Amino acid sequence: MIRFKVNGEPIQASIDPETPLLWVLRDNLQLTGTKFGCGMALCGACTVHLDGQPIRSCSTPVSACAGKNVTTIEKIGASAVGKRVQQAWLDADVVQCGYCQSGQIMSAVALLNTNKNPSDADIDAAMSGNICRCGTYNRVKQAIKMAASPSAAAPAAAPAKAAPSKAPAKQGA
Amino acid sequence: MDFSKMNLAQGIDTPVAAVAKPSRRKFLQSSAVLGGGLVLGFYLPLRDRLAHAQPATKAVPPNAFLRIGKDGSVTVQVKHLEFGQGVMTSLPMLVAEELGCDWTRVKSELAPAGAAYAHTMFGMQMTGGSSSVVNSWDQLRTVGAQARTMLVQAAANQWKVKPEDCQVDNGMILGPGGKKLGFGAVADAAAKLPVPEKVTLKPASEFKVIGKPTKRIDAPDKVNGKAKFGMDLTTKDIPNLHVALVLHAPMLNGELESMNADKLKSLPGITHVVQSGRFVAVVGKSYWSAKKGRDALEAKWWVDPKAPKPDSARLKREYSQAAAKPGKVAKKVGDPALVKTAAKSVVAEYDFPFLAHAAMEPLNCTVHYKGDSAELWVGSQFQTPDQGAAAKVLGLPPEKVKLNTMIAGGGFGRRANPVSDYIVEACEIAKEVKVPVKVIWTREDDMKGGYYRPAYVHRVEAGVDAAGKIAGWDHHIVGQSIVAGTAFEGFLVKDGIDNTSVEGVADTPYDIPNFQCALTTPTKEVTSLWWRSVGHTHTAFVMETMIDELAAAAKADPVAFRKSLLAKHPRVLKTLELAAEKSGWGKAAPAGRARGIAVHESFGSVCAQVAEVSVEKGQIRVHKVVAALDCGLVVNPLTVEAQVQSAIAYGLSAALHGAITLKDGVVEQSNFHDYPVLRGNEMPLVEVHLVPGGQKPTGVGEPGTPPIAPAVANAVFALTGKRVRSLPMKV
Repeated sequence: MIRFKVNGEPIQASIDPETPLLWVLRDNLQLTGTKFGCGMALCGACTVHLDGQPIRSCSTPVSACAGKNVTTIEKIGASAVGKRVQQAWLDADVVQCGYCQSGQIMSAVALLNTNKNPSDADIDAAMSGNICRCGTYNRVKQAIKMAASPSAAAPAAAPAKAAPSKAPAKQGA
Repeated sequence: MDFSKMNLAQGIDTPVAAVAKPSRRKFLQSSAVLGGGLVLGFYLPLRDRLAHAQPATKAVPPNAFLRIGKDGSVTVQVKHLEFGQGVMTSLPMLVAEELGCDWTRVKSELAPAGAAYAHTMFGMQMTGGSSSVVNSWDQLRTVGAQARTMLVQAAANQWKVKPEDCQVDNGMILGPGGKKLGFGAVADAAAKLPVPEKVTLKPASEFKVIGKPTKRIDAPDKVNGKAKFGMDLTTKDIPNLHVALVLHAPMLNGELESMNADKLKSLPGITHVVQSGRFVAVVGKSYWSAKKGRDALEAKWWVDPKAPKPDSARLKREYSQAAAKPGKVAKKVGDPALVKTAAKSVVAEYDFPFLAHAAMEPLNCTVHYKGDSAELWVGSQFQTPDQGAAAKVLGLPPEKVKLNTMIAGGGFGRRANPVSDYIVEACEIAKEVKVPVKVIWTREDDMKGGYYRPAYVHRVEAGVDAAGKIAGWDHHIVGQSIVAGTAFEGFLVKDGIDNTSVEGVADTPYDIPNFQCALTTPTKEVTSLWWRSVGHTHTAFVMETMIDELAAAAKADPVAFRKSLLAKHPRVLKTLELAAEKSGWGKAAPAGRARGIAVHESFGSVCAQVAEVSVEKGQIRVHKVVAALDCGLVVNPLTVEAQVQSAIAYGLSAALHGAITLKDGVVEQSNFHDYPVLRGNEMPLVEVHLVPGGQKPTGVGEPGTPPIAPAVANAVFALTGKRVRSLPMKV
């Protein structure tokens, strides 16, 4: 019997203690926001927080969670930083396919929880474990900066140097 | 919630209400035609009568593209796969432009396989060729205009006024004397009216939605974990859903000789073992039980000893030898032999490895076989062929196989397989076990799964005369045909030339007076597939690095040299000029860095890129990319910018890291440790500039990929004086 908490709620699991936390979340608790990407802690899609620390749930046996609290993407918005990060992700229109984004957001929240004003290098260091095959990395960085200081970064709707919004709107006119 | 009642082999007992209870089967019902409100039926073009391959039992036929609820909500059925490119937003924008609805009330759903959803150019439902917006451009604006006409007519009838005296504004119909009705209020009445045959579409000067930077409709559910990918189906969605993991032969073309499943008997949670000639599937109640079962399996595989064992080193040698001999001529202009008279000439050989698609979501397919019918849930780029392939395996007519399109975690061509490999496999398993089953490929299965961008070798002899003009260009491409042996062969292979092998060379926009492109197509040894931008992945690299070499040989500026060859192609010229201007071409790069440029036309669009590169401790670092894109008329600038960034990241990933190698028929890579992909700390800052003035949309998803590798290679040359002729790049 393994006792731990998921998103603040107590869980008692009679389960193979080697079962990766990822599959307890996805199959047993049906919390499918946490994604399976590689199974070897190489891509970050399965990132959750264990007592606030970002971990790769695909390679963390559920036994390692005993007595601890797991936070997933489904509840990260309950914290102020989590809510701000999710909003910044929308404001910067970050997502494409979206499959990696739960993990990206969990890593970003963990970063901002310990570093309120990360530099580009801090972001690179904290986020390089999260692969995005759609290549949303520019907007991920932009969103983290927006979440760190909401008034400082321009929203994606008015990208400073990209896609001049007036040009396409007037095309063919 | 009582998890102990969930019939999981490895359950969790006595939990507290840990998780918010979702509305049961909400997801499954979402694509059904809803009662109440109005269902507007449109069938465009005239290919088909039914969207859902089921008889229309109601007076109002089931809706193909648009549903307007009594509450005024507007739901657009998206016929293409959403796998990152933004069709769940850009396609509804086309409808909304003409409909005149309130954008905040627009919802987007992925359409199931259905004849009404056929691609208007290719005649089957599919997503590829950067054509989702292109082929929907007239179709979906027409849908919106027809619906608007019917809603206005219904309101006019109710008010007893002329429809010409009514207007539409933001989901409301406005009549004479301040009359006002919402779309929802007249939806029922509008449904009973005939669909107008002719509608007039707005000129671009009146666009309010098209061209406006619009945030993605699918984003909120992708930042809070609610978005449901194929991988995410559970017993909440499909009761009694099982999970299968599949053991494949380690070598391509391996066949099962024998297996021993004895060790599985002592493992909990395993319900079935399915054996086929090509695989063994272990089916269980959860991923982990199926995975442990698969890991415990012992299997022996057999390969025909007479068959060649694909080996990438051997193939490269053979391709290189073939490249030095004459090939089949795909394009000839003037006398290419005049290259021998060049004052300065270059003979260069280029090689490109096999590449895996490596989408974030490993392949998966869920099938429920019910004996006389079946249902599939899959993130498919090829709904029509996949539905047909499933029907064949299951022994059912296609109309008895419902294929639900799931949003997909990337695809890049891997989910558009003419032989429907993983879908066929899932159906074979489902037919045996007769319970709903989700077949999951692990990352390793996906990486070793045997469908790759083929390896190629190019050999080019080209030169300039004493005046610096190109004297001749003799180009020979060697590589497997992607489409040979598939249903696409008749369409894409003409006179022995697979167009996907030579596109980007044979149709080069450069004005080269003496030019030849030849092709040698060796026997297919490695199963292969299109990969984001297909042939342009390698042809753009050779064209754009060789042009750069000739510019250097002519002692000309790379931009000026290209411009001198592009007089007949103003779009290419203009895009090149825009990238050069915005990048500060001609001005000094920051210390320790150099710039390289490339321009390439693909999928009806032109993309030029300037890469700013440094080489530090033997590592190529791309700091910045300035991209210019002419994709015709822009529907959603936010998505276009995102797609160019995405295409650059995807191409750069392959240019710096990507290589699948085979030894003795076995793929040597398995996961992201030995098939590394671009990470955030390697991503350049990408600036995107759009060429204005387009009349119609052209491709967006792929045209950004081809130029990045040659732009970086040309920057590496500018920095080091060394030419890159082999990918992935090494310095």
